[in-house]
Amino acid sequence: MQVEYLSAFNVVLGVLTRFWPVWIALALVMGASFGYKKKLGLYGQLFDSGVGIVGVGICLFWLFTAIFASTVAPFDPLAQVPIMKDVLPGAIEPASKLVYYFGGDKLARDVFSRMVYGSQIVLIIAPAATGFALMVGITLGLPAGYYGGRIDTVLSFLANLVLAFPVILLFYLLVTPGIMDTPIPYAMAGLFFLFPIIFFSVLFWTRYKNRPDRLYILLGLTLVVGGWIYAGLVFDADPFKIIHIDPNQLNIFVAVVFASSPGVFRIVRGLVMDIKTRDYVAAAQTRGESPWYIMLWEILPNARGPLIVDACLRIGYTTILLGTLGYFGLGLAPESPDWGTAIKDASRLLRSFIHPALPPTIALMSFVLGLNLLADSLREQSMKD
Amino acid sequence: MLSFVIRRLGTMALTMLCLTMIVFFLVNLGPNLKKLAISQTEMHTSAEQLEAWLVNHGYRQNFFVRYGQWLGVVPKQPVTDPATGKPAQRFSFCNDPVVPTFSGILQGDFGCSTKFKTTVASKLFPALSATGILMLCVLAVMVPVSLLIGILAGMREGSRTDRTLSVASIASTATPEYVSGVIFTVIFASWLGVLNGSAASASQGITFYNFTLPVMTLAIYGIGYIARMTRASMVEVMTQQYIRTARLKGLSFGSVVVKHALRNALIAPFTVIMLQFPWLLTGVVIVEVMFRYQGFGYTLVEAAGNNDIDLLLGCSLVSVFIVLITQLISDVGYAFLNPRIRVQ
Repeated sequence: MQVEYLSAFNVVLGVLTRFWPVWIALALVMGASFGYKKKLGLYGQLFDSGVGIVGVGICLFWLFTAIFASTVAPFDPLAQVPIMKDVLPGAIEPASKLVYYFGGDKLARDVFSRMVYGSQIVLIIAPAATGFALMVGITLGLPAGYYGGRIDTVLSFLANLVLAFPVILLFYLLVTPGIMDTPIPYAMAGLFFLFPIIFFSVLFWTRYKNRPDRLYILLGLTLVVGGWIYAGLVFDADPFKIIHIDPNQLNIFVAVVFASSPGVFRIVRGLVMDIKTRDYVAAAQTRGESPWYIMLWEILPNARGPLIVDACLRIGYTTILLGTLGYFGLGLAPESPDWGTAIKDASRLLRSFIHPALPPTIALMSFVLGLNLLADSLREQSMKD
Repeated sequence: MLSFVIRRLGTMALTMLCLTMIVFFLVNLGPNLKKLAISQTEMHTSAEQLEAWLVNHGYRQNFFVRYGQWLGVVPKQPVTDPATGKPAQRFSFCNDPVVPTFSGILQGDFGCSTKFKTTVASKLFPALSATGILMLCVLAVMVPVSLLIGILAGMREGSRTDRTLSVASIASTATPEYVSGVIFTVIFASWLGVLNGSAASASQGITFYNFTLPVMTLAIYGIGYIARMTRASMVEVMTQQYIRTARLKGLSFGSVVVKHALRNALIAPFTVIMLQFPWLLTGVVIVEVMFRYQGFGYTLVEAAGNNDIDLLLGCSLVSVFIVLITQLISDVGYAFLNPRIRVQ
């Protein structure tokens, strides 16, 4: 049976039309943000520069692609159609008349659909892992910078210990199939996932400890929601079976958080050491506020600018790390559609076929580029104030 | 100054001790030892035989005793040959001692590679020198190019050159090695066919044809980062009073940049370049695997994939040493370059 092909122009047109829900969502969000940019604070100011618009646009594009993946992708990312093995871009699948826009890979799967579904994995793990790393880094960096002394020495030594590990070695040691038979990933997950609960509990406690009506609601909410997510993620014991994570995804998640939290720690520590010399901190100390109130409600809000910029860069860096893990075949399942694994599979066959390699590489590059541009223009806008 | 360096060296030794102990613990986890035993014995061995192999080769001794043996503070014991009952070499291919001896890292013995069936030293050091050559080439490309881009961009802040170069350097920091490697291979090896997509032949002799792609791939990720740091530093220097003074007394723009701004602007990038080494290590692993270049990164991946305990420990020791020593050099060098900084 002969496979028919679309022309190059029709391929481009077809790809653009497949993304229709993304374009609509993008137009709505960008239009709304542009219209109300005066009222949107720092986010609105992003729309004053070309770099900022491009950055927001690329990030939102991938966000919506991840959300609408099942509509955008014509095929299942794992479905194999034997006749489509290694077909070139634009091949028409005979049975369904749907098109393999970017061709087929060596296992006869649609490269385009895999790229679209790959965005889901990246956009779930990377921001979530960055969020946890921020929580860990902030919760440990605040006291280290504020108190100094022995706490600082011990925590900084531990942070430098992790930072002295080449990332790739760390991953080879922490993300192996064997380690999932041991309690180490679960113990680390148990430790790291405690930090958000501690963070929010202390946050509400220091602010509302004299207003029990607010305090009990917020604290109760933190403990119930936090405990629920904690049980689901660490012990896989969510009573409602909503929150569930694969053991190997948990392993990756924990390794990524472990690798990037010392970086956040160092930034937060430096910022706190700088900010604690300001007058408003001295004023709060004179008022007799508790140290944790000062750290969380006086220092942290004033450190938010650099932290937001760092978070953007860090999501990009985490995406690169996830790709590295995929490239070395660590952690993720071998048939997983994530970009790193796809690049690994395709780069081994570059001599014969190049088309399966390009979509995941360009996807990964564009997403990280979007985040970097976003971070850059955020930095510029926050420096204007 | 001397006491600062000595204290830093002390912290370094402590860090290396802690890190090697962590690595030692992780590679000796139950599943990892089992994997090692399976790869080292014949096919279809029973669980008892695997356990016997591990006991016989000394892998079931106390954790701290074994760490001490690796370190060289506890004597290494020869194994007992099950057939004759006499002491025998642990691994025949490494010339292990048959009498108890102190033979660890402190004595300069890196141990025995189970994967390559040779001593770690004879595998690791040639690999290191191969990677050293690669690193030298990368630095020779990366440092001048990135400094030039950074200076050109930072010279006139906000100009068109500045914007173009800034976006280009942001784009290059968004391109990890496995992405740029694939893209460069597609362009230069598959389409144009001017360069070789594999550096396997570079072990015999380095040529422009087989070595350009790995060097390019490795350099591109660092260039953007260093260039951005240089630009930031240059922008800051160009707003200083003494630059204005130099301009006002009638010096040409070029001579102000070269004579007054450059030296002060290059202090910050020096630190960044030194701290770039840990990143380069990860990049080296990716690039060496991608282009099949037999260097340190390739060895590390082989060691980790086969749970080759001594080789992996040797690799971690080397990489941690490189990371820490570059940090030290960057701190000391910064104090030398910037007379306003005093180290205590």
